Amino acid sequence: MIRFDAVSKAYPDGTVAVDELSLTAPSGQITVLVGPSGCGKTTSLRMVNRMVEPTSGTITIDDRDVTSVSATDLRRSIGYVIQHAGLFPHRTVVDNVATVPMLTGTGRREARRRAIELMELVGLPASFADRYPAQLSGGQQQRVGVARALASDPPVMLMDEPFSAVDPVVRDQLQQEFLRLQGELGKTILFVTHDIDEAIRLGDRVAVLAVGGRLAQVAAPADLLATPADPFVAEFVGRDRGYRALGFISAEVAATAEPTVTLGSPMARAHDVAVDDWVLVVDDGGLPQGWLHLRAHPDGGPGPAPGDTVTPGLLNLGGTLSPVGGTLREALDAALSSPSGRGVVVDESGQLVGSVRAGTVLAHLHAATADASAQVRP
Amino acid sequence: MNSDNGSAPWDLFGYFADHRADVLALLWAHTWLSVLPVVIGLLVAFPIGWLARRYRWAYPPIVSVSGLLYTIPSLALFVVMPTLLGTQILDPVNVVVALTIYTVALLVRVVADGLAAVPEDAVQAATAMGFTRLQRLRTVELPLAIPVIAAGLRVAMVANVSLVAIAATIGIPQLGQLFITGFQLSVTGPYYPPIVLGIVLSVALALLLDRSIVLGARLLTPWQRVSAAR
Repeated sequence: MIRFDAVSKAYPDGTVAVDELSLTAPSGQITVLVGPSGCGKTTSLRMVNRMVEPTSGTITIDDRDVTSVSATDLRRSIGYVIQHAGLFPHRTVVDNVATVPMLTGTGRREARRRAIELMELVGLPASFADRYPAQLSGGQQQRVGVARALASDPPVMLMDEPFSAVDPVVRDQLQQEFLRLQGELGKTILFVTHDIDEAIRLGDRVAVLAVGGRLAQVAAPADLLATPADPFVAEFVGRDRGYRALGFISAEVAATAEPTVTLGSPMARAHDVAVDDWVLVVDDGGLPQGWLHLRAHPDGGPGPAPGDTVTPGLLNLGGTLSPVGGTLREALDAALSSPSGRGVVVDESGQLVGSVRAGTVLAHLHAATADASAQVRP
Repeated sequence: MNSDNGSAPWDLFGYFADHRADVLALLWAHTWLSVLPVVIGLLVAFPIGWLARRYRWAYPPIVSVSGLLYTIPSLALFVVMPTLLGTQILDPVNVVVALTIYTVALLVRVVADGLAAVPEDAVQAATAMGFTRLQRLRTVELPLAIPVIAAGLRVAMVANVSLVAIAATIGIPQLGQLFITGFQLSVTGPYYPPIVLGIVLSVALALLLDRSIVLGARLLTPWQRVSAAR
């Protein structure tokens, strides 16, 4: 557990970076510090490992004041990940990962063996061990950065915008794996980001900081979206927060059976089973491929003739897939993005389960929120 | 011996064959008089350059004062050295100290800039992982500054090879001696062989020392090759 107790940081020129911050980051959870630039989130993070010394207040880790040990010993016991990974360009991947164990006197052989294990844990092949950072992509470098921070198995991790410098697709993947990893490791994590979406996705608790280092609100992501404490938080959390909040309500919407045709079937079969002129096309393995309209070509040209067979070129590829047991947001998105108005629901292996309509999802949402208010006001 | 054939520039081989032992001794003296000041100069310049990098306010005065040292005429420096050091006028220490001053003048800035070129992310990460300041300097900043420092060393080394020759005027033997010998033998007409031999050996020595630094830096920075190869 990391505890900030009335911590302030003021600079000689009078700038206040952090103002009387009191905050607890519970053990085994991800606490996200989020806010616009200049809100002191990075300063707060760096006070935990004493890269910045507070002007007043105390910070404790598991009830021990961080100033009670030497700064270097403290830092060796805390994992630290930064934006551009900050890898040592002159050391190979395996030596980068083995840095802290080597500093603390672990033998070279043992440190490297452990480093290879960690590389595998973060999804890097052991064949990368002897490469230099410049030979890796940004996403791969960031994985090395995470592995390096985990190397001495620290109970506490500080992460400063670790996924900000990679492209959105890679970021999404890294976030997903980070959550999976945290599920296994259960570290106490303090995570800094300026991206509210990232904060809401990753945080068990989210602390919103305002410019001048004032703590505006600390709450679980769903509560932050539902009940912002003040206008600043409401503004910062953003306009789509109602829609985003759906991401925290699980959709137990029953999917209705959806008739399908397989690729290569005659059009006549599609005519037999289509509902409202739309029919879902699956491949031989039962994986949804796209929607077929009986009378219109996806390019806007004339539709397929009755004698044609169903080919990939005829399919409308719009429509996201909603996993079984996913959130209301995923179910609604699938329904709204589907050209037929029927959202495709799939199981873990991608097999078709059925479909849901937006109306059904909204009715379910209505019921869910009614339940929630019933619980709040019995 | 002062025949037409004997004074042709290309007769440097003949001159070398006749004076092999003397010329090799001069070459060896020239080599160590060039290399030793660079080694000592780097050791002296490193902490000064580190200070200039560590304290931002110290950078402008340190770099300008050390740069000014380079404007002292070398002949004057060779001549005043015995007075300053209390050495004999013919003591090679005079040359070593004078050239060390020039090397320091060149390398202080190089060291400061080399340390400044170390990626800030890597320095921050090292600090955050619990490196002591000395560990960080030795294992992170110093290796990453090698390419810039090596580039500066090449300049200092080549400059020294040419500056050492001037020390011949104050009687310290090295390849510059060959120019004086050639001048003294040019009684009836120019006598080229020792002069050309001196030039050729100086250039060859400068090239050899320069390549050694390039090779050394390459061996010390294997990561540079892979990033260049990509």
